[in-house]
Amino acid sequence: MMKNPTARIANVERRGDYRLFSIETPEMAGRARPGQFLMIKVSSQLDPLLRRPISIHARENDRLEIFFKVTGRGTEILAGKEAGDTLDIIGPLGKGFSMDERLKGMRVLCVGGGRGIAPLYFLAKELHAWGASPMVLYGGKTAADIPLRTKFEEAGLPVLCSTDDGSFGFKGFVTGLAAREIEAHPPAFLFACGPDAMMKAAARLTESRGIPAEFSLESLMGCGIGACWGCVKRILREGQEGWVKICEEGPVFPRDEIVWPEEGD
Amino acid sequence: MVDLSVDLGFLKLKNPVLAASGTFGYGLEFAPYLDLEELGGFVVKGLYYGPREGNPPPRLVETPSGLINAIGLQGIGVEAFVAKVLPKLRDLDTVVIVNICGETDEEYIRVVEFLNGHDGIAAFELNISCPNVRQGGACPALDPGTTFRLVKAVKRTSRLPIITKLSPNVTSVAEIAAAAEEAGADAISLVNTFLAMSIDVEMRRPKLANVFGGLSGPAIRPIALRMVYQVASRVKVPVIGIGGISSGADALEFLLAGARAVEVGTASFVDPDASLRVIREIGEFCERHGIRRVEELIGKLEIG
Repeated sequence: MMKNPTARIANVERRGDYRLFSIETPEMAGRARPGQFLMIKVSSQLDPLLRRPISIHARENDRLEIFFKVTGRGTEILAGKEAGDTLDIIGPLGKGFSMDERLKGMRVLCVGGGRGIAPLYFLAKELHAWGASPMVLYGGKTAADIPLRTKFEEAGLPVLCSTDDGSFGFKGFVTGLAAREIEAHPPAFLFACGPDAMMKAAARLTESRGIPAEFSLESLMGCGIGACWGCVKRILREGQEGWVKICEEGPVFPRDEIVWPEEGD
Repeated sequence: MVDLSVDLGFLKLKNPVLAASGTFGYGLEFAPYLDLEELGGFVVKGLYYGPREGNPPPRLVETPSGLINAIGLQGIGVEAFVAKVLPKLRDLDTVVIVNICGETDEEYIRVVEFLNGHDGIAAFELNISCPNVRQGGACPALDPGTTFRLVKAVKRTSRLPIITKLSPNVTSVAEIAAAAEEAGADAISLVNTFLAMSIDVEMRRPKLANVFGGLSGPAIRPIALRMVYQVASRVKVPVIGIGGISSGADALEFLLAGARAVEVGTASFVDPDASLRVIREIGEFCERHGIRRVEELIGKLEIG
């Protein structure tokens, strides 16, 4: 983990509400692992005050890529940056997905919902390069919410899509698609990132079939470096439940450690 | 070369900038981003006697130039601190201050008794002002009587100097400061966070699970400054100014108002090395104005 106050944005792609930035930050890129994130200062002003946590979407040599959706004021300001602008970033932060030796040669599902797809590109590429067989399941509300589909295909990563309205691919939630895939070809492992309800459903699916799984959790973060205790989630370890900082000990956790919030929370 | 050191009487600091409790973890979290020995010192996160679970999330909400938190002092407790953290802080060439908490007067005393005998701690900062651990934002620092009683009891037990950290959620902070001084506090630090709230209008729900939280960050700086000025004008013990400081100019406002040192808080969340920037900018200011010792500036506000 390190700070780069002047990381240059080499390229910006705009797809509707989504943005893909390619950022030159060689030392950080060298250290990054799938599932880790960056804390990005969106403005040099005091408002908005806090950095925004954004997952690492890809590594391309000396560059790290981020893929994000404009969901509020912070991401809106960030989305206004152009190629050639610089960003103040801290990273790579957190613990990533576990790349278990035993996954080599095995079929692995990577399930992403909406902007939760972002870190799964980095993960699927590393898994593939490493000898596992990742299958990406990518869900969105409509065809406009799955802008990365072709990027996965171009990288030679098999991808199946779902849309809630059926405008592209499987009609329904991505967990419905996952259920179908798990029935057809049970994977050795499942990784997921997306809305809590989606991940909770994926947790149930894998648990009942004894498939190990890891989930990347999301929270508002004050600092991203373990100092504020703001980003906690309920985690169960050694029979003890407690509030655990996801910036430091996550954001990726094994399924069996996550205590999902009750519906409606 | 500017002399940045300041003398609190009971403690000399190599410069007037401390990292504030609750925003600097146990210090070690920041080692990848700055040389801890360049700080005047740091105040570690508040410790109760035992581990403490903290409040349910959401614990944070960002507001204009500010942050409301309701962490609820989650922490590891004194035993784990002494076993796992203190050995790594002990040999640092900087001042380590421990912020101490208690549910009851007795717990404050137990915390002090436990930590008393351990090397590596320069002073205690008595946290009587966290708004997130009792119903409705209550805390001992809201009343001069409870402040006096608690400071006196802790002072009787402690082998180390006591810095009493005050709440801004009072009618007259100078009156509380005077009570702390009379009870024997070696220094006063202020302000802790302002009791605050924020509402999600779509959901008609509070944005914090705890409903209330404490507001910090640049948004509170002018009010904190006014309170520090009032307290520094009232008490003789050294005052440490806290509240939204993120630049050298911010810190200098507090020094001119009478603070002998400052704490940098929320700014460390945004820039882990924010305290070093504050130190550097104070030095640059002094050079620009031909000031040889930063102490020459303390309380030198000119009015009228």
